[in-house]
Amino acid sequence: MTPRTKRLGLALLAMGLLSLGLWFVLSAFQENLVFFFTPSQVHAGQAPAERSFRVGGMVEAGSLQREADGLSVRFMVTDHAQRVQVRYTGLLPDLFKEGKGVVAQGRLHADRSFQADEVLAKHDENYMPPEAAHAIEQARAAQGGQGKQP
Amino acid sequence: MMPDIGQLALILALGLALLLGTLPLWGAHRNDERCMQLARPLAAGQFVFLLLAFAALLNSFIRNDFSVSYVASHANSMLPVHLRIAATWGGHEGSLLLWLIMLGGWTWAVALFSRQLPLPMVARVLGVLGLITVGFISFTLFTSNPFERLLPAAADGQDLNPLLQDPGMIFHPPLLYMGYVGFSVAFAFAIAALLSGEVDAAWARWARPWTLVAWLFLTLGILLGSFWAYYELGWGGWWFWDAVENASFMPWLVGTALIHSLAVTEKRGSFKNWTLLLAILAFSLSLLGTFLVRSGVLSSVHAFASDPQRGLYILLFLVVVIGGSLALYAWRAPSVGLGGRFEWFSRETFLLLNNLFLLVAMGTVLLGTLYPLAIDALGLGKISVGPPYFEAVFVPLMLPVLVLMAVGPFVAWKRGNARRLWQDLRWALLGSVLLAGALALVARSTVGVALGVLLAVWIGLATLWHVVLRLRSGAPEPGRWWRRGRAVPAAFWGMVVAHAGVAVFVLGVTLVKGLDHEQDSVLAVGERVQVAGYDFHFQTLTRHEGPNFIAGRARFEVSRNGRPVATLHPEKRFYVVQRMPMTEAAIDRGFTRDLYVSLGEASAQGKWGVRVQVKPFMGWVWAGCLFMALGGLLAAADRHYRRQRLAHPVPRSTGPLGELGELAPTLP
Repeated sequence: MTPRTKRLGLALLAMGLLSLGLWFVLSAFQENLVFFFTPSQVHAGQAPAERSFRVGGMVEAGSLQREADGLSVRFMVTDHAQRVQVRYTGLLPDLFKEGKGVVAQGRLHADRSFQADEVLAKHDENYMPPEAAHAIEQARAAQGGQGKQP
Repeated sequence: MMPDIGQLALILALGLALLLGTLPLWGAHRNDERCMQLARPLAAGQFVFLLLAFAALLNSFIRNDFSVSYVASHANSMLPVHLRIAATWGGHEGSLLLWLIMLGGWTWAVALFSRQLPLPMVARVLGVLGLITVGFISFTLFTSNPFERLLPAAADGQDLNPLLQDPGMIFHPPLLYMGYVGFSVAFAFAIAALLSGEVDAAWARWARPWTLVAWLFLTLGILLGSFWAYYELGWGGWWFWDAVENASFMPWLVGTALIHSLAVTEKRGSFKNWTLLLAILAFSLSLLGTFLVRSGVLSSVHAFASDPQRGLYILLFLVVVIGGSLALYAWRAPSVGLGGRFEWFSRETFLLLNNLFLLVAMGTVLLGTLYPLAIDALGLGKISVGPPYFEAVFVPLMLPVLVLMAVGPFVAWKRGNARRLWQDLRWALLGSVLLAGALALVARSTVGVALGVLLAVWIGLATLWHVVLRLRSGAPEPGRWWRRGRAVPAAFWGMVVAHAGVAVFVLGVTLVKGLDHEQDSVLAVGERVQVAGYDFHFQTLTRHEGPNFIAGRARFEVSRNGRPVATLHPEKRFYVVQRMPMTEAAIDRGFTRDLYVSLGEASAQGKWGVRVQVKPFMGWVWAGCLFMALGGLLAAADRHYRRQRLAHPVPRSTGPLGELGELAPTLP
């Protein structure tokens, strides 16, 4: 084998591996990308019904309720324009608090409530999950826009 | 007074770094020996002033000097002193200063341990490191000055984020930075080689120990970060594929490829261009990691501040360094040459495959990390890429690496012998298949677990067999395995230990992922819960006061078949300064399993949410990483890196005494 064909072979090998990697990436992206929606978007029916997504905003004050089993909770996530009821079973993160930012990942039920399998809160007192901040900004912008209309 | 001295020292260090970044490089270009000679003293002076600046900041923390804005926002007079020391790098500005003393230290170390290098090479390497130092000092001084004063001084500080108040904070950042910054040395060697156009076995022999040491520090840093997250975040996870973790993992993957590629360049003179590219890439990814973590584009416990000016500066620096070095590479690499030839079936090919797979795997991690950022920046919506993506992509790409890494060491350089390989490896293959098959049939494990065990045993047996073959070969001296073991070079032991570490790690990950038990429940004092044959009895709950927190401390008595196993004290803490609750998990670590209890919050009727986990072979994950790092240390300590030093440039080691020089201490 001449060095030339060998180099060609190596290049082909590298290309093959690269495309294998790319194929893995694309198929995994297809299945595992998680999109984010604000409560307003969920209300407008933009969120997918059959796949997992994230919803974020503030935990509405006074909305946290515990079921009799002590582990299941329900709370409202709001962007101050719309709200979505979130159900979750398990231990909540340390910094989960009413009136503070939260992001939940899960699926939408037929009754429009959201079954979360993961609840994320912020890391410290000053910090708000960017998605939650984004949701509130969006809703505020939307409301401001409506207010200006005659 | 002290903070002003620190500020001054930092400015002086910048001045010296500017000189270091210009004069020696100019000297090497013009072949001006006096300019090149300046490199070593400048490197030492720069390090002294950086140390002084760091000491000044440390002093402000220890003295609770809240007139320094950075101290006031990251410490508190109630914070214990060892944590105040760690708080020095607990925020953005201080962690940059930590980065700087690491960089200064590495530069100084190169100046010190480079007696065997030709002067132009030393000048170039130190000059490139000086330029990097200029970039980082000016970033610190102009955008994130840790010595900025607060007028009037604060009465007390805002305290350190409770998540960071842990001994892990003392060790994790310095170790990780040692690794990150250490790749700057490999980078500088690569740039120096491109500038001079000389890449040969000698070059690889110089660059290799530095790269190995950086890699082993990075390994330890990542290990410690993961170990810390495991007990501190409170819920038993240890790797989250979080963007910040990925930021440290990507340089590790490329660094792993680099140490293997350097081996080929040293032993066979091949892969020269590729090695240079990997060195550039490893440091570029370290910088990218810094950008991701420090610029505030990511939100995590690591991202201290989001200041667009800082992000912009790092981005510019990134573009200059990566763009500049790649341009230099494109221009000079063709003159470096490809190096020795090899057959298809040879160790070179196996190492090339290792490199390609590691690089492709790194690429998929990079894509998963950057894609959400790019989509967000383009205003196309917010998405997240979670662990399922990384597991679906990364694991299949690693499987061939694990299969091949057991085979590679048995194949000869240049041209391997397939029949010989089969004879060498058939027993290891048979043993691992039988064991994994038995496990799948008898213990009814899942396919994934059986596959993981198969790979771990395969690597373990093959590595062990490699040691046996090596010790049996050579002079037919009867017995005396110990003496033969000593005759085998340390680099060999390094490889063996690191590969065995991978086997241990794979076994740990497989079993803890596949067989762990987790249960959330709500318990009142006196109640119990059973998980995986263990009985967890919630006995008492008491109030406990720490220096800057109050806590509820539970007592769990764990027993199995009526016999007591452990007593665990998980806590729910409340940090009074930051008004922040924290879960402090309790763990009983064992050889074959970890018992993990964490307290959730109190619900009605005095009941507490409790998460109980039984995690089999968790400790093996840590042990595997430790073995890998130890392997790196052994390989870096190989005598033949030092032999070169005494063999040629030093006149006094002529004659038979020169051989004895090998036994002298490593310090020149």
